Amino acid sequence: MYQYDNYDQAMVDARVAEFRDQVSRRLEGKLTEEQFRPLRLMNGLYLQLHAYMLRVAVPYGTLSGRQMRMLGHIARKYDRGYGHFTTRQNIQYNWIKLSDAPDILADLASVEMHAIQTSGNCIRNISSDQYAGVAADEVADPRPWAELMRQWSSFHPEFSYLPRKFKIAVIASPEDRAAMRLHDIGLELVKRDGVIGARVFVGGGMGRTPMVAPEVNPFVTEDEIIAYVEACLRVYNRYGRRDNKYKARIKILVHELGVEEYRRQVAEEFAHMKALGLNPPREELARIAAYFADPAYEGGLPDALDRSDPDFALWVDRNVATHKQPGYAIVNISLKPIGGIPGDASADQIELMADLAERYSMDELRVTHAQNIVLPYVRKAELYALWQELHAAGLGEPNLDLVTDIIACPGLDYCSLANARSIPVAQKIAQRFAGNGKDAHIGELKLKISGCINACGHHHAGHIGILGVDRKGTENYQLLLGGSGAEDCSLGTITGPGFDENGIVDAVEKATDLYLRERAEGERFLDTYRRLGMAPFKEAIYG
Amino acid sequence: MKILTANDLATGDVVWWAGDGWSRLLAQAVDTASEGDAIGKREEAARHVVSAYVVDAEMTADGPRPAHIKERIRGLGPTVRPDLTLKPEAGDLTAWVI
Repeated sequence: MYQYDNYDQAMVDARVAEFRDQVSRRLEGKLTEEQFRPLRLMNGLYLQLHAYMLRVAVPYGTLSGRQMRMLGHIARKYDRGYGHFTTRQNIQYNWIKLSDAPDILADLASVEMHAIQTSGNCIRNISSDQYAGVAADEVADPRPWAELMRQWSSFHPEFSYLPRKFKIAVIASPEDRAAMRLHDIGLELVKRDGVIGARVFVGGGMGRTPMVAPEVNPFVTEDEIIAYVEACLRVYNRYGRRDNKYKARIKILVHELGVEEYRRQVAEEFAHMKALGLNPPREELARIAAYFADPAYEGGLPDALDRSDPDFALWVDRNVATHKQPGYAIVNISLKPIGGIPGDASADQIELMADLAERYSMDELRVTHAQNIVLPYVRKAELYALWQELHAAGLGEPNLDLVTDIIACPGLDYCSLANARSIPVAQKIAQRFAGNGKDAHIGELKLKISGCINACGHHHAGHIGILGVDRKGTENYQLLLGGSGAEDCSLGTITGPGFDENGIVDAVEKATDLYLRERAEGERFLDTYRRLGMAPFKEAIYG
Repeated sequence: MKILTANDLATGDVVWWAGDGWSRLLAQAVDTASEGDAIGKREEAARHVVSAYVVDAEMTADGPRPAHIKERIRGLGPTVRPDLTLKPEAGDLTAWVI
């Protein structure tokens, strides 16, 4: 994985020193909150419902064991013994003291991490496929491009004060595991006549106005990706709606201009930029790509597994994915224990996962947008030993992509923007479906819950989505069906009137019961919904 | 009644105006009547707290109960982590919040 050079480290260290001074001046009264607020947000420090909250960037979701161990250390020393992995592959701490924040950033900098650009109207952490570099179906490892974009976008002076926040995802497989088309810019690396390039999608997003990004360019060659993305941003920076926060995202601009006109303006800007020769040199991409070269795989490793332990066999079937290298496997660690809090991990668990990565996965982990953890390089021969350790630590839940593997935002239990709690609903649904055994019968069903219209829980992209709203001071939950953040990207549709906390659990069960009755051979819940349409589901839910 | 809440500037802890200073206990919050905004501004200027705001509440046998669920969770702690609330010994207090 990528390692900081002196320039990277100096940049991050300088930011720590700068923020230490800013915090000191704030506490001494030399800065007002109005002056200080944008400064703390630039360092990922929010003020939430209960305390300050720190969001730490995990670039494209990739971590070393040393970095993961530091995340556990921070949870134990500065927080209340746990952290929350987010839908943007980052981690958040909920109980941070302002006076501790500079020390935390210094600790992060000591392992090449930071919280820069995890808030504010700038280019946020670049997200990617958690199987990058090990997926059998990818045309290239997307992480070198993600890292190149991280460097290009960090402190980019032109894009530090955009109309609104800006999110970019890079994938390189036909199977989209990163909700790429629901980003402001989504890049899918493809190969055409032996040449790597990118399909460029612009103007996707969730929030109060969800949109699937249209394709703006079917192929930009790898040497020109940065310049083309910069052209996309320039048009947005120039014409994005700064007058209205709710219309300021690029998706609104693309929608209002029309994709043809937006494409034309980007092409014009791109032509102007090409003449300036602003593309990074090929040697820089090669330098970065060298950090992501395949590790030294052992040859001749066995693929066969001893499946005599049924609990282990079930976990393998559910949570282990195919690796491109014979003898190896991709392991998904579920952070969705039944009745637990989606995405939360204790300091002990975080440190254990760091240890397991060092011993079983060539010192590397990934955070997924579904709030789980991946160990990307596990020898199949060691899967059983690994599973035993995970199982003993409460990290062996065999439920990847099942109805109990729920994405949920922190909701009203933690978030000052939320209208309703998300986590208790996730807990009740998981307990209901694990308790009655229907989770296994249903198979793949991506259920996503947001506690407000900002959609941090990706409810628009859930096969089943749930949106918490405030109805005269009471929590109420709307049900959506038919969303997908994958390559078959679509937005969910609201079924009808909302429900209370128990009613929404019943409604989900009624929808899935209909699916179980009506599904054709091989159909997922989403497939059956798309075939039948909304009407029979509405009848089952409200009839 | 009108009660006043804020976050302690240095620690971020949720605090409530208790008449002669700030308390971490919602039960000690006092009615600020029409003075809440002024007290909040004064305390922010003194760098004791940040993000002060007035909340509608009703007095109950257990002390002030905020009118909105958001401030009830703010006063108690996350309902999904009873161990981290101000009353961990009381266990699940969801009924009080809802």
